[in-house]
Amino acid sequence: MLEIKNLHARVGDNEILKGISLTVNPGEVHAIMGPNGSGKSTLASVLSGRDGYEVTEGSVTYLGQDLLALDADVRAREGVFLAFQYPVEIPGVNNMYFLRAAVNSVRKHRGEPELDAGQFLKTVRQTLKLLDLREDLLNRAVNVGFSGGEKKRNEIFQLALLNPKLAILDETDSGLDIDALRQVSDGVNKLRSPDRAFVLITHYQRLLDYIVPDHVHVLSQGKIVMSGDKSLAKELEKSGYAMLGDAA
Amino acid sequence: MSAALDTVRAVADNSQYKYGFFTDIESETAPIGLNEDTVRFISAKKGEPGWLLEWRLAAFRAWLTMTPPNWAKLKIDPIDYQASTYYSAPKAKPTVSSLDEVDPELLKTYAKLGIPLKEQEMLAGVRNIAVDAVFDSVSVATTFKGKLAEEGIIFCSMGEAIKEHPELVRRYLGSVVPTTDNYFAALNAAVYSDGSFVYIPKGVRCPMELSTYFRINAANSGQFERTLIVADEGSYVSYLEGCTAPQRDENQLHAAVVELVTMKDAQIKYSTVQNWYPGDAEGKGGIYNFVTKRGDCRGANSKISWTQVETGSAITWKYPSCVLTGDNSVGEFYSVAIVNNRQQADTGSKMIHIGKNTKSTIISKGISAGRGQGTYRGQVKVLPKANGARNFTQCDSLLIGDQCGAHTVPYIDVYNRTARVEHEATTSKVSEDQMFYCQQRGLSAEDALSLIVNGFAKEVLKELPMEFAVEAQKLLAISLEGSVG
Repeated sequence: MLEIKNLHARVGDNEILKGISLTVNPGEVHAIMGPNGSGKSTLASVLSGRDGYEVTEGSVTYLGQDLLALDADVRAREGVFLAFQYPVEIPGVNNMYFLRAAVNSVRKHRGEPELDAGQFLKTVRQTLKLLDLREDLLNRAVNVGFSGGEKKRNEIFQLALLNPKLAILDETDSGLDIDALRQVSDGVNKLRSPDRAFVLITHYQRLLDYIVPDHVHVLSQGKIVMSGDKSLAKELEKSGYAMLGDAA
Repeated sequence: MSAALDTVRAVADNSQYKYGFFTDIESETAPIGLNEDTVRFISAKKGEPGWLLEWRLAAFRAWLTMTPPNWAKLKIDPIDYQASTYYSAPKAKPTVSSLDEVDPELLKTYAKLGIPLKEQEMLAGVRNIAVDAVFDSVSVATTFKGKLAEEGIIFCSMGEAIKEHPELVRRYLGSVVPTTDNYFAALNAAVYSDGSFVYIPKGVRCPMELSTYFRINAANSGQFERTLIVADEGSYVSYLEGCTAPQRDENQLHAAVVELVTMKDAQIKYSTVQNWYPGDAEGKGGIYNFVTKRGDCRGANSKISWTQVETGSAITWKYPSCVLTGDNSVGEFYSVAIVNNRQQADTGSKMIHIGKNTKSTIISKGISAGRGQGTYRGQVKVLPKANGARNFTQCDSLLIGDQCGAHTVPYIDVYNRTARVEHEATTSKVSEDQMFYCQQRGLSAEDALSLIVNGFAKEVLKELPMEFAVEAQKLLAISLEGSVG
């Protein structure tokens, strides 16, 4: 579903990704780990189409299309979802209203009928139940005044509603206490399906105790320096990123 | 009356001489230029009583001695007051025979606003179908008037009001905005062509928004409108001025005056959606909208609320104000003003606290895009006897792009120790993070911007009557078109 080949990207004069190759198939969960500054979040930004990153070499193919040629909003409608490390506040915009606008723009793109307020509310209620979330999240402005945990839960809630094919979770575990981490992970686990792939970007191994990945990749200085199964994460936890000294 | 006719004749003769072509006496258009005869011509055309002519002439003489206000942060090219015609019948609006002949840009905007086809034809001045629509509006107006008359409500043109209710008009006209108030108000008093008059009798709650009728008629309103609304003791009225459809007009200068009076326990809610032609992207053409709007909370416990959505005009100069005369009276001002391309807006409010325990609220949301310059200018004045007066002012500015400007200029004059005055101001930019967040959820750049801007303006938009709130939201989006890459 996703084929990254020799991807190089820079911000200004600073080359951050220095040749990343990665293949992700439907149903798989890939964890991308690495120390601060290794390029994890840049990879998420480049895949989701954020401005300010220049791809200098390589290619990204998503469902047979050149992903890099698509605008960010088109990528989203094609099923690429990014759960933000720092979800953005939009004052005065009701969360429910925002979500319906998002869901309908995706549905429209897929040639499905748009949902009216009543139909949408029904979908929303089912999703809330699935993820065990409280309804009061809906009637507040998007992320405004949300606690760290609420923001991350709201991201997972959006993931569930938008029903993407490829979900990239950028440090979703950062800033979460153990209960919130468990709840967010439970949500993600419920959303795993044979048609959907996840890319989990994380600094810490503990997230992978809850969301068990099929593949683990270690990113260092803009390159994938190690790949393996879930045991690689455990190893890393024991020895720390310092062990990369030799590999990198 | 015969004297009036003589004046009409004299002026007409004069123009015939001066310009060498025949001006029919039946013509509804005054000769070009502005002098006392112009004022007499207008007054005579309208068959006005002597006192009103004198009132106009006094205003005109005062105007001659006045200078245009220069304190606003606006760049205004000099206006040649002698180059315009000051009276022209509404039928001067050009008509076309079908919507096919109307500027496609205009139609596109109508469609985006979701304005019904029939009304589009009305607004665009389509002749054949407009006949229907006029019939419609006449019948609507008639039923409407009948219903209002049952309640004793007067709602008519100023011209009609002067004929039918001279004593009421004379009592209130100019009592809130005196003829010499400012340069543009004086000009308006001298040459105003028409406008609306509303009187709500004691204890009556106006059963409908005074908007539907006006909306249709507003398309033909003149260059110098004058509106007077009086809410007698314990009454209530909600009035909506303007139209969300873009209005093009030959006249560049619009200098309207609106006066509101509330007696004891009365309330007026006055909402405006202003979408005059803003000029092209380079700032050519476009309306100068120089308006004086003021309400007097004359009676105790009375309330006046102004809500405005200003998206059009090349230049907006406008400060809807409240004079809080009555004890415990309340003044409110809610505003959204957008400037894009080369538009300029200098707008805000004045709250003058005179009575005891008077309260005022100002919520101003300015949005600047393109090379637009938006200024909030407001005054809060608490006079010595206004014990317990309170004001809360909040001015928020939102910038889109890096070539626009937002300015906040509050004036606060407090002459009473017990008064409490609060002013909060913020300036923010639509951030790339916000845009990307929305786009990552599938919204296009334009939808994302519209969503963010509507969120910013929400506190004001929710004050609009329901029927216009939705259109106003769309209007904000349309006004910002082209401001994101």
